[in-house]
Amino acid sequence: MTVPPMAAGSRPFPNNVPAGRVLMQGSPGPTGRFGEFGGRFVPESLVPACAELEVAFANAWSDPAFRDELSGLLSSYAGRPTPVTECARLSDVLGVRVLLKREDLCHTGSHKINNVLGQALLTLRMGKKRVIAETGAGQHGVATATAAAAFGLECVVFMGEVDVHRQELNVFRMKLLGAEVRPVSSGSRTLKDAVNEALREWVATVDSTHYCIGSVVGPHPFPWMVRELQSIVGNEAREQCRKVLGGSDPDYVIACVGGGSNAAGTFAGFVGTGAKLVGVEAAGGAAIGRGGIGVVHGMRSRLLQDEDGQVLEAHSVSAGLDYPGVGPEHSQLAAMGRAVYRSVDDEEVLAAFRLLSESEGILPALEPAHAIAWLTREAGKEIPVGSTVLVTLSGRGDKDVDQIVGLLG
Amino acid sequence: MNLESTLRARRDSGHKLLVAYVTGGLPVGGGETWIEVVRAVAAAGADAVEVGIPFSDPVMDGPVIQEASRLALEAGTTPRGLLAELAGAGGGAGGMGVPLAVMTYFNVVHAFGLDRFAQSLSRSGVDGAIIPDLPLDEAGPWMAEAVGHRVETVMLAAPTTPDERLVAICAASSGFVYGVGLMGVTGVRDSLAASALALAKRLKAVTDKPVLIGVGVSDAAQAVEACSEADGVVIGSALMRRLLEGAGSSGVAELIAEVRAALEAG
Repeated sequence: MTVPPMAAGSRPFPNNVPAGRVLMQGSPGPTGRFGEFGGRFVPESLVPACAELEVAFANAWSDPAFRDELSGLLSSYAGRPTPVTECARLSDVLGVRVLLKREDLCHTGSHKINNVLGQALLTLRMGKKRVIAETGAGQHGVATATAAAAFGLECVVFMGEVDVHRQELNVFRMKLLGAEVRPVSSGSRTLKDAVNEALREWVATVDSTHYCIGSVVGPHPFPWMVRELQSIVGNEAREQCRKVLGGSDPDYVIACVGGGSNAAGTFAGFVGTGAKLVGVEAAGGAAIGRGGIGVVHGMRSRLLQDEDGQVLEAHSVSAGLDYPGVGPEHSQLAAMGRAVYRSVDDEEVLAAFRLLSESEGILPALEPAHAIAWLTREAGKEIPVGSTVLVTLSGRGDKDVDQIVGLLG
Repeated sequence: MNLESTLRARRDSGHKLLVAYVTGGLPVGGGETWIEVVRAVAAAGADAVEVGIPFSDPVMDGPVIQEASRLALEAGTTPRGLLAELAGAGGGAGGMGVPLAVMTYFNVVHAFGLDRFAQSLSRSGVDGAIIPDLPLDEAGPWMAEAVGHRVETVMLAAPTTPDERLVAICAASSGFVYGVGLMGVTGVRDSLAASALALAKRLKAVTDKPVLIGVGVSDAAQAVEACSEADGVVIGSALMRRLLEGAGSSGVAELIAEVRAALEAG
């Protein structure tokens, strides 16, 4: 681990952050910047909509009635709070104490519902009747379709053709929920292209339609808004960990990172503690690990690209991490060293999927299986024996079972 | 040659303005190069040519220009190579007889380096740049480099842009002001959107820079209609669709000549 533990009382963020404001705990200001990352690089047609959304979210988020309504939905509809599970058998195997934040137990099977319920309420508040969304693994698409059904909103989900094939079950689920699924055949036909197509659709329908982005990516205010809506994951987990750990915080907090929404939500709860924050990327989609700084999807962030700035295709067994970019706040956390980002390959992920299933009776989605895979590989190495570790299990593996049967035989 | 002074002079002598868009580096077929297409549309009556530098993720473009961009990239087109070809052809004034502007997305500029991109445009005989995902609020660092290298930055205005912001966009824009005719991406449409005329009128009320309407201006009749309020039009997807269908430089020159004739007839 290259990050030194923070001394108590020291200011962990020396650069770029105005005094009194801690990264991941405040608004990025009118320019939407996290250090040098973020911003609002969108066609002029969308600038007014982004500005409107920024104001609408800022107002809603400081309105106790909105917070109460969302909080009620998160408990009565989505099933929050989700538990933290202590993994005794896995801990024995690894020699570190493993706790899981169980976002897999949320309604619709992943943390995506936290964000979507907030944005659906906001859509109604803005007087819009239609939502569009992009999806990779299909979890965000399913969550959006679910919220749209529950609130009576029209819903169109853009999904790359490659993902439509490898996540067939989620395509059926979205259709059953009354959403239209539009396969995207441009570019790499995965998540990146689904975002492009959703942006194009938003340009054409912005008066009536809210673009419900599924991760901490896109133009300001999306990275901030989605982090805030997901921060419940980290805030709950911090309190739960303190109960389990006798008032202490975990030594390590680990989450997988594609766009980075579950990691952002998790880290938001621990950024002010001494926990070491680790984001785990797919080896074939490691925007922070292997990318350079670029601008795509409305944000300046780390990005897989060639020397001419053409965006490269990510490759991962997990559709949800098959994304060449990453949320701008993660780029900034990495630049400041407050979080570190590591990567694991597909083979390690499949082994981790198996290990968690067999040792704990929990089938992880392939995305958080990346976090488990890094934990498995580094327990006793980068993570000293005897450490306490919280891993956010962002989703359940039911959606991946067909694919895994094919891969593991 | 300077984009804005050329367009102003044309307008002030009683002409409507016509800018043609061509995706740079597109394999055109028939033994022709894309450079010959640029020359042909200039000769056929375009007052300036907008050369697209293809990008992998063109969010402001519809299916036609997406496809042209994909084909150009597959053919190995790079920003450096494309600008070298333009320079080799003599650039705008020397080579084409009309000013040139490039259209590309900001990541291409960012990867090139803002300073070096502006310098490279200037050295290649390119007068202007259109960067549709670089709105006013983010344009500062690029503008500083562009001005330093005497590159004109054409800013876009949209039907949703509020009045006070229109004023700021017009003040920042040089070359011309690009009015996005409809809420949507580039593409061929059956009729001109009402938003095109409304936006042109709003823009004309706040600027004396040339106001051109693009996005969704697809044929001579629509061009004439748009020019009832605007100073001119940009024709992109309609031209590129012909090119993708194999019409070659003569086919697209025919379209430009047709639009030019209609604009002159009023």
